[in-house]
Amino acid sequence: MKVERWTRTSRTFTAGVAALVVVLFAVPLVLDPDVVQKLTTLLILVLLAAMWNALAGYGGLLSVGQQAFIGIGAYGTVFFAGLGMTPYAAMVAATVLAGAISIPISLFALRLRAAQFAIGMWVIAEVLSLIVRLDRNLGAGTGISLIQLNQYEPNFRQAYTFWLALGFTVLFLAALFFLLRSPLGASLQAIRDDEDAARSLGVRVAARKRMLFVLAAFGCGAAGVLVVANTLFIEPASVFSVQWSAYMIFMVLVGGLGTFEGPIIGAILLFAIQTTFTQGGPWYLVGLGAAAALFALFLPRGLWGTVEERLGLRLMPVGYRVVDRRNGSGEVTTT
Amino acid sequence: MTIVNALLQGVFLGAFYAVLACGLSLMFGVMRIINLAHGDLAVLGAYIAFVVVDRTGASALVAFIVALPVMVVFGYVLQLTVLERSLKAGLLTPLLATFGLSIVIQNLLQIVFSPDVHSLGGSAGSLTTSSWQVTGGLSVSALGVVVLVVAVLVFSALQLFLSNTRAGWRMRATAEDADAAELVGIDSRGVYARATALAVAIAALGGLFLAIRSVFDPVSGPTQLIFAFEAVVIGGMGSLWGTLLGGIALGVAQTLGAQVHPQFSVMAGHLLFLAVLVVRFGGARFSLRFAR
Repeated sequence: MKVERWTRTSRTFTAGVAALVVVLFAVPLVLDPDVVQKLTTLLILVLLAAMWNALAGYGGLLSVGQQAFIGIGAYGTVFFAGLGMTPYAAMVAATVLAGAISIPISLFALRLRAAQFAIGMWVIAEVLSLIVRLDRNLGAGTGISLIQLNQYEPNFRQAYTFWLALGFTVLFLAALFFLLRSPLGASLQAIRDDEDAARSLGVRVAARKRMLFVLAAFGCGAAGVLVVANTLFIEPASVFSVQWSAYMIFMVLVGGLGTFEGPIIGAILLFAIQTTFTQGGPWYLVGLGAAAALFALFLPRGLWGTVEERLGLRLMPVGYRVVDRRNGSGEVTTT
Repeated sequence: MTIVNALLQGVFLGAFYAVLACGLSLMFGVMRIINLAHGDLAVLGAYIAFVVVDRTGASALVAFIVALPVMVVFGYVLQLTVLERSLKAGLLTPLLATFGLSIVIQNLLQIVFSPDVHSLGGSAGSLTTSSWQVTGGLSVSALGVVVLVVAVLVFSALQLFLSNTRAGWRMRATAEDADAAELVGIDSRGVYARATALAVAIAALGGLFLAIRSVFDPVSGPTQLIFAFEAVVIGGMGSLWGTLLGGIALGVAQTLGAQVHPQFSVMAGHLLFLAVLVVRFGGARFSLRFAR
């Protein structure tokens, strides 16, 4: 019997991911700007999925209102740029703002349970949307452009935005990865598996959940920043739309709730669907909604969770596993 | 006088929210789940009534009577196919499954009916136009009174059903402890299915009122869900009469908010809801810890 974290596969794969990130940094140098814009969208989806999964998959907190932080990130960028900050500095400031606002929100939001939390967060997003609609300086209901970005030549702008997206995605996914691998991570995974049991073993459930909540707010704020940087125009009806939550839920449920790799797979899948069915319209959304419901009911661990379970495969190890050497092959007991 | 008028209109508006919220409250009371597709089910009911009006030229009320059995069956099937399975799977699964369902209903409505806005106001006879002028600034609309009376009747009927009929006792027993209810021979599956069928039927009544009072389109559902949930929470989750009062409080908050600024109406309702959550769940136990 032996407890191990890394396997040969996971070592190779994680090294491959690191190499991929390095390669991705070169993307704007070789690919067309419109491809770069599409890949930026993919990175935004990956970031959103990973953050929603941090919240729901590990904290057991199902939010239908993460668009609140997307909106703070997007409108915060416009706001700070309007104050005279250079656009990219405004983007970093807006990300920090989203994370900072989440702390007072967490004070009461985390006391809510299940549906109260889900819809409470949704109402917070609606309130923020209404506030933006009342503010003419933020374009009220009709939307606003991040005109300050026009000072950059389009190809360079697209490249900068892509690098920022890649930087944010790597930063937040790495933060989550190392958080889950740290001693704290073991307690987070204990909460995921059984909140009451974790509490009875002395895990400070509330403090851990707050950590995830703030991390997810930072990440969604960063995603909102990237949305405005990538599209240059935002309006409250779309940036605060509950549709973001629908996307996040789809990506995480289909990919694998409570797994590290699953949401990334879900994001790639959603991206592939979006690029294939550009004229998708309602049918494509019917498919997303139905898939989310069906996965929740019939395959709650999602595609990756199921693969992981069946094959004992680990690509980005955040847990440990017990290997019984006597039988030769590894018998996985923990994640 | 405008304040008195705003209060009165708020009560009428709130009675509508209470009807919307009634089914949500019932399902929470019996099964401890919140159906995130509740608003979309109300809108679906409105669309079924709309189809009947559109095809036959019948009045909105007749159309609703046709829509009602359809919605009851829909609710029953919904429970047996989706909700029953999700109930067994944990706290979050019912939310995830009904959120998915909500997206499916909205977009199927878009496909079938186009994103156009509809109203049944014109098919409700003189109900939508008549009102009594009490004094200069105070007018009582017939529709407002009807909605209020119907709301009180719905809640009273539900109360009578729960406290005076055998089926109602079974429902309360199941809500109290489903396993213990099973032990004394109550079929909790059937009880749950009846509760959902009832909830969906009342949601359809809310949808009818929505369609008569104002306009609806395929994506009206989420807003109705938020208002209904706010009414349930303001009134106290799990309390039936609380939901009626919660709905009225929400309606009054919205009309008073509109007195401040027309765009402040919905916001005032949201703020009341958040304030209730803070008072009920915040309190002195605020503590700020991230780790350790």
